[in-house]
Amino acid sequence: MSLNAFITKETVESDEDGPLDGKTIAVKDNISTKGLRTTCGSAMLEDYVPPYDATVVEHLKEAGATIVGKANMDEFGMGTTTETSAFGPTKNPVDEARVPGGSSGGSAAAVAAGEADLALGTDTGGSIRCPAAFCGVVGIKPTYGLVSRYGLVAYANSLEQIGPIAPTVEDAAALLDVIAGPDDRDGTTHDDGADSDYASAADGDVEGLTIGVPTELVEGADEGVEEAFWAALDELEAQGAEYYEVSMPSVEKAVAAYYVIAMSEASSNLARFDGVRYGKSGGYEGNWNEAFARAREEGFGSEVKRRVLLGTYALSAGYHDKYYAKAQDARAWVKQDFDAAFEDVDVLASPTMPVPPFKLGESLDDPLQMYLADANTVPVNLANLPAISVPAGETEGLPVGLQLIGPKFGEETIVRAASAVEN
Amino acid sequence: MSDTPVDADEVRHVAELARVDLDEDEVEEFTTQFADILEYFDALDEVPEVDREDELVNVMRPDEVHEGLTQEEALSNAAETEDGFFKGPRVS
Repeated sequence: MSLNAFITKETVESDEDGPLDGKTIAVKDNISTKGLRTTCGSAMLEDYVPPYDATVVEHLKEAGATIVGKANMDEFGMGTTTETSAFGPTKNPVDEARVPGGSSGGSAAAVAAGEADLALGTDTGGSIRCPAAFCGVVGIKPTYGLVSRYGLVAYANSLEQIGPIAPTVEDAAALLDVIAGPDDRDGTTHDDGADSDYASAADGDVEGLTIGVPTELVEGADEGVEEAFWAALDELEAQGAEYYEVSMPSVEKAVAAYYVIAMSEASSNLARFDGVRYGKSGGYEGNWNEAFARAREEGFGSEVKRRVLLGTYALSAGYHDKYYAKAQDARAWVKQDFDAAFEDVDVLASPTMPVPPFKLGESLDDPLQMYLADANTVPVNLANLPAISVPAGETEGLPVGLQLIGPKFGEETIVRAASAVEN
Repeated sequence: MSDTPVDADEVRHVAELARVDLDEDEVEEFTTQFADILEYFDALDEVPEVDREDELVNVMRPDEVHEGLTQEEALSNAAETEDGFFKGPRVS
């Protein structure tokens, strides 16, 4: 049976010689590929063919990679299970009755099943790390600004980054080396990463590394997940690292802050889908507002409508100070907590997801419960930090991911620490 | 504000602001869900005052003419075009 990991299966070869020569790669379907349909998992963009490549896709081609298709995803990146795709859910190759995680579920499933050597995903609130954890592969959410977002169809642009998914830490780091670096078409990119060599940091040397474990991110996790997590930390300790618990009270407000900010940005970013320049028009009669509203009723799925409406509500007169402004305060508080923690430790560790992969269909009816599953990943996006999810054992035959969070532009440290988890 | 839970009219009003038509089933579903989600967002009321250290800097570059999309490429995804322009519905 097909996993439905790809929305569009088409091979694009590269003539260039580079570090990704002979490697096949799946590209998440919200990253623009010239001449290759890019749907964002939405009926709205079912027929959209970008006339240009995203910067990261240019880098892939220069590095000699072969693109093997556009990976399935939650519609516009909104979801934790890849079930909100207009093109049907992706199955988890580890257990096909379960979800692969989201929103980069197609990317992670393709790599886990060997349908691609490597993949690109995007991470707005955990969308690379969650599916990496659920599918038993490695995913890196880079520091905000390390990788160009030019050509990424925006969902929540102050939070999202493009990043690699791969079978091993070294492979993921090598792909990050290819896509990292400044881009004059994205003013938020940074010079760090211009000549990076993250791949060689995957040397497994954690002698003397200090690891903080925020208690708030372990409490309440599924028992089997917690056991696998502590076993992985004991293993790191045996290799010369040291760990102790730290407290970060701000992270308990991170989920609420994340969703308010992400939905607010989504309500603005998705306003471009009007069926005139691109997107389904529906061909409705009436004035612009009426035609626009009906095209969007038809083109957007439930989760997208939910977030666009809640974002519009959070930004509307009378509620802006209550929701959006408070969420920005929470974001600043989360950043401060991370800064304080990194004065004492080299990296922070937590389970990537507090639970093992959900069964298909299990979570669709209760959006709030779904949002709460992102508790461990969203603080990282609010603080613009880098984090990696690396497989750390199993619970009841299902993969458990360990998340390692680094300080800004601390990619080498998290790559090194994660490579020791593989030992 | 949070003591007045969202009702169906409020959901319809927001949908109108957001330019997304909803059918009656969706209005009903969202009314229940929004009450739960917004109640959860009330947790933000407990966030302390935080000094934001602004480390933001403007990134500037000179305006330079680069090669861009051709008119044909720019119009390639439009449902309707006329004389090299996008054609949309009436504005009012």
